[in-house]
Amino acid sequence: MSGILDIVYAEYNYWIYVTLMMIGFYAMIAKKNLIKKVIGANIFQTAIFLFYVSLADVTGGTAPILVGGHGAEHAADVIYTNPVPHCLILTAIVVSVSTTAVALALIIRIYQEYGSIEEDVILAARRELKPEFSEHARQKGVAEVGRQ
Amino acid sequence: MMVTEINSITPLLAVLVSMIASVLILASGKYPNIREGWTFVAAFIKFGLVISMLPLILNGKVITYTVVEMLPNLPIAFKVDAFGILFAITSSFLWIFVTSYSIGYMRSLKEHAQTRYFFCFAIALSSAVGIAFSANLITLFLFYELLTISTYPLVAHNETPEAISSGRKYLTYLMIAGVSLLFSILVVYHYTGTTEFSFAGIAGMETIPQTTLIILFITFMIGCAKAAFMPLHAWLPAAMVAPTPVSALLHAVAVVKAGVFTALRVILYVFGVDLMQYSGIWLYMAYFVSITIILASIYALMQDNLKKRLAYSTVSQLSYIVLGAVLITPHGITGGMLHIPYHAFMKITLFMCAGALIVTAKKEKISEMNGIARQMPITMLAFTVGALGMIGMPPVGGYVTKWFLLLGAAELHSMILIAVLLVSAVLNAAYFFPVIYVAFFKKPDHELKYKEAPLTMLVPLVLTAIISIVIGIWPDAPGMFLDIVEIAVANVTGGV
Amino acid sequence: MTGFDLIAPHLPVLTVVIPLIAGFLTPIIGWIDRRLPWYWVMLAMFVVLLIAGNNLVTVINSGTIHYKLGGWDPPFGIEYVIDLLNGFVCLIIAFIAFMVSIYSKESVKKEVPGKTTPFYSVFLLLITGLMGMTITGDIFNFYVFLEISSLTAYALIAMGDRGDGVVASFNYLIMGTVAASFILLGIGYLYAVTGTLNMADMQNLLPGVYDSKVVLAALAFFMAGFSIKVGLFPLHAWLPDAYTHAPSTASALIAGLMTKVGVYAMIRFMFCVFTPAFVIDVNMTEILTWAAALAIIMGSVFAIAQSDIKRMLAYSSISQIGYILLGFGLVNVVGITGGLLHIMNHAFMKCALFLVAGAIFYKTDIRNIYQFKGLGKKMPVTTTVFLIAALSMIGVPGTVGFTSKWYLALGSIEANQWIFVAVILVSSLLNIVYFWRIFDNIWFGHPHEIENIKRDEAPLTMLIPMVILGILCVYFGFFSGDLIEHIFEPLAKTLLGLGGVP
Repeated sequence: MSGILDIVYAEYNYWIYVTLMMIGFYAMIAKKNLIKKVIGANIFQTAIFLFYVSLADVTGGTAPILVGGHGAEHAADVIYTNPVPHCLILTAIVVSVSTTAVALALIIRIYQEYGSIEEDVILAARRELKPEFSEHARQKGVAEVGRQ
Repeated sequence: MMVTEINSITPLLAVLVSMIASVLILASGKYPNIREGWTFVAAFIKFGLVISMLPLILNGKVITYTVVEMLPNLPIAFKVDAFGILFAITSSFLWIFVTSYSIGYMRSLKEHAQTRYFFCFAIALSSAVGIAFSANLITLFLFYELLTISTYPLVAHNETPEAISSGRKYLTYLMIAGVSLLFSILVVYHYTGTTEFSFAGIAGMETIPQTTLIILFITFMIGCAKAAFMPLHAWLPAAMVAPTPVSALLHAVAVVKAGVFTALRVILYVFGVDLMQYSGIWLYMAYFVSITIILASIYALMQDNLKKRLAYSTVSQLSYIVLGAVLITPHGITGGMLHIPYHAFMKITLFMCAGALIVTAKKEKISEMNGIARQMPITMLAFTVGALGMIGMPPVGGYVTKWFLLLGAAELHSMILIAVLLVSAVLNAAYFFPVIYVAFFKKPDHELKYKEAPLTMLVPLVLTAIISIVIGIWPDAPGMFLDIVEIAVANVTGGV
Repeated sequence: MTGFDLIAPHLPVLTVVIPLIAGFLTPIIGWIDRRLPWYWVMLAMFVVLLIAGNNLVTVINSGTIHYKLGGWDPPFGIEYVIDLLNGFVCLIIAFIAFMVSIYSKESVKKEVPGKTTPFYSVFLLLITGLMGMTITGDIFNFYVFLEISSLTAYALIAMGDRGDGVVASFNYLIMGTVAASFILLGIGYLYAVTGTLNMADMQNLLPGVYDSKVVLAALAFFMAGFSIKVGLFPLHAWLPDAYTHAPSTASALIAGLMTKVGVYAMIRFMFCVFTPAFVIDVNMTEILTWAAALAIIMGSVFAIAQSDIKRMLAYSSISQIGYILLGFGLVNVVGITGGLLHIMNHAFMKCALFLVAGAIFYKTDIRNIYQFKGLGKKMPVTTTVFLIAALSMIGVPGTVGFTSKWYLALGSIEANQWIFVAVILVSSLLNIVYFWRIFDNIWFGHPHEIENIKRDEAPLTMLIPMVILGILCVYFGFFSGDLIEHIFEPLAKTLLGLGGVP
């Protein structure tokens, strides 16, 4: 029993990120509310960011700023954490924010069209084949008239 | 045997003539006279080009031309040998007659979409000649598919639900055939690294394991569904909804003969005589096509619609050709190959007569044709000539090929095959004589006045009937079909 | 030193930079005059096309181009690498984008009225993303470009059909985010075990850690991510809606290019980040071939059930992507040659088909194939292009579809996988089924309905690109011998590590 706990404890950062990722993934897939989906996506991405950041950590390392400035003595002896993942994640955060922005903008448009942000309401509205909601419905409706 | 190869662009031109004509036909669609003028010009030029190659072929030479290397090792290439030119002459020569006939037929019935009709017809002819001149399986496949696609609009020409559904049936059969053929070509290419026809069969075919070889042969024959072997024949009677000139040229000459031609190319030029004999496939195939010969004749007996009866008769006759080839004796192959032009002339006569009946008397069913010969004596005389040829009565051409086939079967001492040929001759008589009897001797239901089809239709059908007799009386005239066939047979059997 | 000499060393990066800058300048251009952005995009795309062509020629003549971004040496700095594979993909992107940009004029005016400037701006940014994904040699940089192309694609799709377009775009966004996150995660894993982000460097370092489960997990994440991106069955759910409801121009661009670039990326990761031997060893290629075979059949079957032409083409895309992946999954020279060939061929065919669908919609407001009766008479040129491209999809010899199908089938035989030969052949029959319905409707309506139809062809700006693509479909059906001998076959050998071109 304690063996498993040890494993969990020793690499707790990974466990946290996996748990968060699953929560996010679940929300993206299972939630009917579009905003909640977007929140899920954010959790999902943030989990990955955490993974990157925890990856960069070096035990006993300090911030990756040259001690004593450029060319100083003993600068190379100091242990630094890895700066590269941080840089990567800064970029990824920007990407994530823009994705969220686009998603929210889309949700606003969806709300304007259907008056709801619940997926099943939107689906129902489209399934009723109301031409004003759906180009597909319009085409299908015309075809049915044609067949009759 | 050494064969001299001559490089010349003529085969390509012969194929392209009708392609170019098709564009001109499309461009002058608004002016029927100019449009049909192009068709005529193209038909004559095409025949001229094809016939200009004949002397060289008769001298035992072969004309080759590589158009383009489509894929590495897979050129689009033409090779004119005796067998190829046999089919090319047949189809391009008959195109001239059918063009005249089509004009009469289409104008009499005031058909719609005539531009599309002539356009597709020209492309189909290009494809047929392309198939005849193909130097390898890939080129053949290219034109084979083109032929399928270009004939679809002709079958579905009427645009009625019935025509469309027949067209679908046509397409389904032929496209499945195309896919099967493609598969076979892939296998051949995989094992031998080439698809080029060779007189002794493609080298390397003998390395294919026996089981694979048999499967390959079967897929090849499915690929030749254009030859309408039973049970892959159903498309042909269905395609009879097409206008009659289409049935006449395409479903008696170009399309079905393309299928048979492909089958013969595969049997003799891909597998080769030796391999056929060695693997024992020939015997099974001979029995298989014998079934078609007999069954199709019986089906023909049961048809009341004249065009459908002719269609089933075609199914049966096509299998004669393949039977001849799989006998793999020189006589048998001669009979088979010779039946390609002979059957073409006779069957086209019959179809054109059927079309004339539709246009002039508005009659399609045999049971309605009582005494029709009083109204259309010339047409029915031509019909009788064609029918006698089919049955195999001298002096009309058909007996020549039957004679060779019987000789071939006799050489093999195969009583079964001899019996098949004789029974089928009887059956042929059984389904053609009633038509003649009804037309000439039954009393018409009401008074019939003499009224023949327009001259543009009548002249071609009379001419083909006369040719059918000529090739029966002088089959061995120099430069005639028998000469060409003898060279082709010498090529594949290695004899002189 | 002339001006050209000054630019010449920077040509590789310009394929990305020009659309990027042009994209951001578009709003200014549009502000000056609303008609100008079309010319602007055409100009930009034409320049990119020239540069992409020049890059490919350079690669063929003097080998792989390495461009150090900002002068930083790899593996620390970002490196752009143009070899034969991505040089060729770049050229296709540039070419298709140029064609679509010519076409876009009338179509965009009608389908996204009043938003032409933003549309073109996003259009250019999408090209930036695709180009960047293709030529970068750095996997994190790749991720960034992937997201640029995805975000712009979401925007383009959302501009389409009211309601439908936005919902389709949102669904795509959710799926796309999952896919991109998976890829990001895979990148993280690889970085964790190798400490580098440079693709070439990574390929050198990875073999030492192939027994690590992390590498396997990374491969799995990449494959899952890319499978969503390319719409590999059964991860295709976002694709039909997105293709159907985007504006016609965007559909053509996205269908012609986005999945191709996804496929390119998949290949790049499989063969140039991992090694073919490893990918085969963990059975990834075998899984891929079976998934592809399933996609080929199911895509075609679903396509048969559709009545909306764009939706039908979308399902057909799913099936065609299967062809490409099947070729690569076979991992023999012939199969990969077929796959590479099909990337190009499918781009031509599918782009042409979507352009035709757009032109028909532009003239008639019809997308339902059962209402196409008589179109053959109304729009003869458009429908002829449709005929050629559709025959090509079916794989009739003499069209590009045949050449790739030939190689794929031959590759399957060589791999002794006869079942895939059957799959390819059966799928051509299914293609016939769904395309022939349309032919029948276009040319064989009831005659009396058709008699009175007047000729009313799409505008010239639409016709020209369609006709060019149609001609190419036939041209490369006959004349791809040299191309295969000098580009595709050596390329396939290189990808498999069998030597060939540098």
